[in-house]
Amino acid sequence: MVGYLVVLLLVLAAAAYWIGRTRAIASVNGDVARLHSLPGQHGMFLALFAAGPALLAIVLWSMVTPGIESSIIADRFSAELSGMGVPQVEAFIRDARAMAFGGLVGFADPTKEAAAAVYKSIHTTSAWIIWAVALLLSASGFYWAYSRIAQAYRARHVVERVLRAFLITCSAVAILTTIGIVLSLIFESLRFFQQVPLYKFLFGTHWSPQSAFTGAGAEAGAVNQDIFGMVPLFAGTLLITFIAMLVAAPIGLMAAIYLSDYASKSVRAVAKPVLEILAGIPTVVYGFFAALTVAPYFRSMGESLGLNVASESALAAGVVMGIMIIPFVSSLSDDVINAVPQSLRDGSAGLGATKSETIRKVILPAALPGIVSAMLLAVSRAIGETMIVVMAAGLAANLTANPLEAVTTVTVQIVTLLVGDQEFDSAKTLAAFALGLVLFCITLTLNIVALRVVQKYREQYD
Amino acid sequence: MNIMTEASVEQKLSSGTNEPSIKMKGEKVSVHYGEKRALFDVDLDVRENQVTALIGPSGCGKSTFLRCLNRMNDTIDIARVSGKITLDNEDVYDPKIDVVELRARVGMVFQKPNPFPKSIYENVAYGPRIHGLARSKAELDGIVESSLKKAGLFNEVKDRLLESGTGLSGGQQQRLCIARAIAVSPEVILMDEPCSALDPIATARVEELIDELRQNYTIVIVTHSMQQAARVSQRTAMFHLGYLVEEGATDKMFTNPDDKRTQDYITGRFG
Repeated sequence: MVGYLVVLLLVLAAAAYWIGRTRAIASVNGDVARLHSLPGQHGMFLALFAAGPALLAIVLWSMVTPGIESSIIADRFSAELSGMGVPQVEAFIRDARAMAFGGLVGFADPTKEAAAAVYKSIHTTSAWIIWAVALLLSASGFYWAYSRIAQAYRARHVVERVLRAFLITCSAVAILTTIGIVLSLIFESLRFFQQVPLYKFLFGTHWSPQSAFTGAGAEAGAVNQDIFGMVPLFAGTLLITFIAMLVAAPIGLMAAIYLSDYASKSVRAVAKPVLEILAGIPTVVYGFFAALTVAPYFRSMGESLGLNVASESALAAGVVMGIMIIPFVSSLSDDVINAVPQSLRDGSAGLGATKSETIRKVILPAALPGIVSAMLLAVSRAIGETMIVVMAAGLAANLTANPLEAVTTVTVQIVTLLVGDQEFDSAKTLAAFALGLVLFCITLTLNIVALRVVQKYREQYD
Repeated sequence: MNIMTEASVEQKLSSGTNEPSIKMKGEKVSVHYGEKRALFDVDLDVRENQVTALIGPSGCGKSTFLRCLNRMNDTIDIARVSGKITLDNEDVYDPKIDVVELRARVGMVFQKPNPFPKSIYENVAYGPRIHGLARSKAELDGIVESSLKKAGLFNEVKDRLLESGTGLSGGQQQRLCIARAIAVSPEVILMDEPCSALDPIATARVEELIDELRQNYTIVIVTHSMQQAARVSQRTAMFHLGYLVEEGATDKMFTNPDDKRTQDYITGRFG
């Protein structure tokens, strides 16, 4: 019902645009040059005021009504709900809503049906109210704006300001979401650290949260604090990241050097986009490539050499992850190397240096800060990468530096902690938030350092 | 026919009056950038231990010709050079010639000072290192010091040789680039508007330096400044639209040029 209202308002806006335009042109008898603002801007102005406030009201209404409706229901049925705990009340309201508006109903009973009926009637009333409010806002906005349109009216400034406000809102949404995610990470982690002390989490070397609880039911013991040591996870993450960088750093850098200094224009025009397509392959594809092709290959190769390679070795996951990061490293390094001025290349060539001497002794030293920051960004990418390691790395938290053994990573453990039916306040699930927080801190630090280095480097030549 | 006799007369004159010998010789040098032709059959000689100035309005081909002399045009994919350029009677475009060695013998200083982002010492030591000119650290130190002295920079930087070359002033940077070019002991130094990014005082310093360097090196300089060409060069070549208009002793070119275009350009009527 409210959907129709939105459509109607959009139609009104389109009509208002046309009307505003026409009126603006008419106000100067067709001599558009005399208008302060373009006719289109007058039209935009009218459209914004005819539909904007009403649409805003609808957004507000849709955010606020579910809460109000639920509280009215809870209020009316307070007698029936008085004996229930919080989860039951929530379930009751959920079911009532589902019966009223369609959806999955848990257990139906007469009280809920009665509540659903009330729900329906309240909702209908509130929808009528929003219709009335929206149409009123729309009409008054239209009337006000319409009376303003005149030859000297500065519609352009009003439109600019409204647009600015709209853009600010959009960026605010992005920023607030980030802040919200970080805050929720922090608060959930704090709850975890109430159950498991921080030092045991950061420095413990034993990780097996599946056995967090001793006993069951009434015999359930306290949380075993000693099994939330994240050291093996970070060791595994670092091992895989290290292997990945061992693959990606040299290959990516060499590819970048080739592309920027050796490749002819036509080769570059083909090779660069192709490399960037490599970056567009979904990581899940890399994941099964790692699990189904690379890992068995390493295993059989290890066997023929007399080595015992785990079928989910850190080596396989790391190598495939490295391949995934190659385009990342190469396109960042390529930008950095291209930013080294041509005059330095000429200067070196003018002294009789060959291309490779120029690159080794002039270009790379000059581009080094930028290359380092590209590597740091690639590392933070590798640390946060999930899908490849979920599919190709192991689950057992081994504390080992042997790349042929199976290790697990922080991201893999976060996935396993949260997959399946979980209570959201057990130490086990909360541990995921703590891991996430630490991961976030590490990648944030890496990114900040990398961006700082890049900035400093840019100042050198600009 | 007439031209032939003039040329032979000049040659006779030069051998008689002890004219400096010809160091580099361009014969029918043409350059194409892709489809566009930038230089048309230029014949120009560069004489030993003299400063040859190339003048002409922007886009006239003088820098293009300069860059042919040490094959810097090779670094531009679409550039194609035809004709013949010799250094001591050796064709520099001969496939047998090693371009690395050629550029060691024909050094270059660019329009904008372009010191490497390394220390002053490393900037000068760069060339000797890549050509393996010094057998020991002491010998390298000696090359660096003498190059900096020849470029008239040593006294200003002797206490901060390990500081970055990019931290010097523009004029000092350009003299550092000249020192860098001298360090590989070239025979010819090409300068592409070496003073266009410098203030008048730094320019005067570099011009003095060019005059001193003439004792030991052959110098070809591209310049937009008529006064500079008149001050530092012994011979001047005037380019226009890719053609060599005329070439001759600087005194004559600036007082009594044969071609009207040279006169117009020198007196500031165009360009």
